[in-house]
Amino acid sequence: MSAHSTSSSLKTYVAIWITLLVGTALTVYASGLDLGRFNAGVALVIATIKATLVALFFMHIKGTSEKLTKLVVISALFFLLILLGLAMSDYATRAWT
Amino acid sequence: MWAFLATEVMFFGGLFCAYLIYRLMYFGDFGAASKTLDVKLGATNTAVLICSSLTVVLAVWAAQTGRRMMLVGNLALTLILGLAFLGIKGIEYKEKFERHHVPGASFQFQEKIPGHPDQNANPQHAQIFFALYFVMTGLHALHMIVGIGIFVWLLLMAWKGRFTPEYNTPVEMGGLYWHFVDIIWIYLFPLLYLIDRHP
Repeated sequence: MSAHSTSSSLKTYVAIWITLLVGTALTVYASGLDLGRFNAGVALVIATIKATLVALFFMHIKGTSEKLTKLVVISALFFLLILLGLAMSDYATRAWT
Repeated sequence: MWAFLATEVMFFGGLFCAYLIYRLMYFGDFGAASKTLDVKLGATNTAVLICSSLTVVLAVWAAQTGRRMMLVGNLALTLILGLAFLGIKGIEYKEKFERHHVPGASFQFQEKIPGHPDQNANPQHAQIFFALYFVMTGLHALHMIVGIGIFVWLLLMAWKGRFTPEYNTPVEMGGLYWHFVDIIWIYLFPLLYLIDRHP
């Protein structure tokens, strides 16, 4: 794994940390607004941005030279998408009353 | 380690999938049940976990640059934050027991459906919400307990000076696990606490 010996990576960590805290405050604030059907969407978009920041910078996916890591991450997301996508397309097309 | 985390994605993914299906099926009842959760405690716990992720990443950095005291300090801080998370979670669970919101024979639920003040939520459907709440947060808390065990071991090894810029893979692997558990909570928080909070 690559060495993170420069102080610039420390600054990045603190910046990401502040962004994550701001994102948390933002999602709590946004949940109090009446956005109709978009409330859930906004909450999930903020959560996904936060999760992506953690994965890229804290888990060092960004900057890794290991291609296997990226392959595993992408395939995990791919199969999660299949799980959710197929299950939801089943339930969404049933006639619930 | 990444392959293990990929299996964990599917592990939690199944639960998220079950949650999504029931949320869409019993939309109003889930909204009413979610409204009874304490957003302040949930948000505090989110902040606690985010802070612990920072201390973890600082610990990994300290291990890679050979700063032993910084490593020990950050591992200890992570442990404190992890225990704080579990403590707050315990307070929340206690409140659920007191209000009979734990699924089972003594389950009671009398709340209005958000947006329909004349309509009571179906207690059976609300019970499904709380069952999912306890399974998802419980499994997450179990992962936290395992993480705390890993970090106690890392702390002992770091104290003995076992980690050097050449050998620090255990710190990095433990860190990856901790961040993953953090990511799970980042999704659990809005899905369980924040749906249907708006007036």
